[in-house]
Amino acid sequence: MRANRLGAALAVALTATLASCGSGEPAQSPEAATGRPASSAAQGPVKLTYWTWAPNMDKIVKVWNEAHPDIQVTVSKQAGGDDAAAKFLTAAKAGNPPDLVQAEYQHLPSFIAADAVADLKAETAAIKGEFSEGLWRLVTLGTDAVYGVPQDSGPMMLFYRKDLFDKYGIAVPKTWQEYGDAARAVRKKDPKVYLGTFSSKDPGAFTGLAQQAGAQWWSISGDSWKVAIADEPTRKVADYWGALVKEGAIDDMPYFTPEWNKALNDGKLLTWPSAVWAPGVLSSNAPKAKGKWAVAPLPQWNAGESYSGFWGGSSTAVSAKTPNKAAAARFATWLNTDPAAIDLLVKEAAIYPAATKAQSALGQAPDYFSNQPDFWQQAAAVSAGARGFTFGPNVGVTYNAFKDGFDKALQNGTPFADAVQGMQDATVADMRKSGFTIAS
Amino acid sequence: MAATVSHRRSRAGSGRLIGRPVGAVPTALLLIGAIYCLFPVVWVLIAATKSPGELFSTATLSFGTGFLDNVAELFAYRDGVFWLWAGNTLLYAGGGALLSTAVSAVSGYALAKYRFRGRDAIFNLLIGGILVPAVVLAIPQYLLFSKIGLADSYWAVLLPQILHPYSIYLARIYAAAAIPDSLLEAGRIDGAGEWRLMSRVAMPLMVPGMVTIFLFQFVAIWNNFLLPFIMLGDDGKFPLTVGLYTLLAAGANQPALYNLILTGAFLSIVPLIALFLTMQRYWRTDLSSGAVK
Repeated sequence: MRANRLGAALAVALTATLASCGSGEPAQSPEAATGRPASSAAQGPVKLTYWTWAPNMDKIVKVWNEAHPDIQVTVSKQAGGDDAAAKFLTAAKAGNPPDLVQAEYQHLPSFIAADAVADLKAETAAIKGEFSEGLWRLVTLGTDAVYGVPQDSGPMMLFYRKDLFDKYGIAVPKTWQEYGDAARAVRKKDPKVYLGTFSSKDPGAFTGLAQQAGAQWWSISGDSWKVAIADEPTRKVADYWGALVKEGAIDDMPYFTPEWNKALNDGKLLTWPSAVWAPGVLSSNAPKAKGKWAVAPLPQWNAGESYSGFWGGSSTAVSAKTPNKAAAARFATWLNTDPAAIDLLVKEAAIYPAATKAQSALGQAPDYFSNQPDFWQQAAAVSAGARGFTFGPNVGVTYNAFKDGFDKALQNGTPFADAVQGMQDATVADMRKSGFTIAS
Repeated sequence: MAATVSHRRSRAGSGRLIGRPVGAVPTALLLIGAIYCLFPVVWVLIAATKSPGELFSTATLSFGTGFLDNVAELFAYRDGVFWLWAGNTLLYAGGGALLSTAVSAVSGYALAKYRFRGRDAIFNLLIGGILVPAVVLAIPQYLLFSKIGLADSYWAVLLPQILHPYSIYLARIYAAAAIPDSLLEAGRIDGAGEWRLMSRVAMPLMVPGMVTIFLFQFVAIWNNFLLPFIMLGDDGKFPLTVGLYTLLAAGANQPALYNLILTGAFLSIVPLIALFLTMQRYWRTDLSSGAVK
């Protein structure tokens, strides 16, 4: 009896699988198909696969598929992050990568170094002007080639608890100097509360702050790379946060942990220097504080400046091995520059678009920031002053060195500048080992 | 006879008396072990009942109010892709474990009961295979499967898990202990062929061992992450482990789907628990007792 029941359950599950497999096929609409030229009808539509982790991308691609019966794109939703980059590189090496891939800016150089992505220079000549120069550099690495179409970007801003700033009588800091003073003031008013925290687990955030200060970690001249992670701006940023942590003015718990969530919920953490996508994180990790946060530009190193850096953001790249490069480039261009497509990206995938025009067209503030109607105007203003830098081919190594080095620095109370030097050394050593020429 | 019985009884009795205080320590250790293993499960169960708002704001061990909403939301996510992943997992784990058990049982039986040239070499090779973690093999396997054009197919996940050295080792040990040589001899004298001996005499005796192997393999494949993660590109073929991971690492643009992930994780261990409870009754070790008089 039991075995029968198990068997029945198995059968049901299997049929369900088969049925849903069937419905997963891209739907061909006969009306649209009749309109296509006879030549391509004979060959059948071009089929492209697209690896992405952006939410609801299948819905956006459906719109493209309906309008372009000759180029059918299938979305395969992947897990994002560093693992996604490793998986794509492995697939490219094995010879069966997808035709299109979502590539984070910091991972794109490793794809280029592995010859895994195609140069889209000719295909993207017409859309260069749609993006700010800083973002465009992230997909060209400062060379003549174009390795992807920018999709979203993450300019950094300062998110703060407006209600608690009022309660403790703190003004929004305009410079990092003022931020430090405010941190000390908060500690005096309530020893249980911190103005902010330094996370040794999030190299992306530190990278953004270094970019704001003017760091240029990698650069290419001819065939050789220059690595300057321990440059003066980066050391300045590291020393600044190191001093604040050491004197106990700010906390040292990492972001995205349960204790961090709890501190945000309980109002024990008053600011988060983060990127424009922060509302998504805050609304899920600190739902209790909805409507209590506000946004301001990042504090500056010199009063009167308006610089920012990037934390996150990605592009759409075309695999070097795809037999349908032209079709893939057409799709990537449409997805990231067509107004209707960008509109869908913003609404369905909740991204902050890379295209300049689309940034200023954003209207209603995120629900979590309903108290700040000018949220997107602020973001666009910050975005204009955000400066990135060319990422190197082994960002993964650099980021791991960040985590190792800053973990140790926090534990042992050693200077943050040493950790920065460790990142530099590890990065250079790894690039030498992989056969890159390093200019000194 | 009576003396021995009473002797045994008195020993058992006194053993219990003395054993009491000594037994407390092992019991406590086992209890700690049980808590250590079960606490994470309880945590998942409790966390799965919390709505997104309660997840990080209520006490860790207090139940939430959002379980049904979470389940409904999970089933609605991407038009019910959870069921597709669950079906895939069942196919990989069920099919893989069945095939693996069949291969292991036959190989184990052959290694235990037949003498042939190279037997020890094969067995030693298998023992060596146990020492190589499957994780190490995943990427080479992926490159091989890409070469023969099987990457990103159901076979890519099923095939590598069928040959499992540890299961063959287990089957050999079990066959050696559970199938008496004299029983096979008796069968041969009665005129049974080798195929009949295996299918009618040996395999029924090996059922408890096969159940063990099946459960081991089923759980191992059910929980396997790396192999399907590397092998599969099409999200329609993902098992639950890889599928739920796409929910976790979905970028920072949208609110993280912690509640769906936790609910999904909880629902995906329910079948494992059910399987263990229903298969337990096959765990009878002395099937062969009485077969040989």
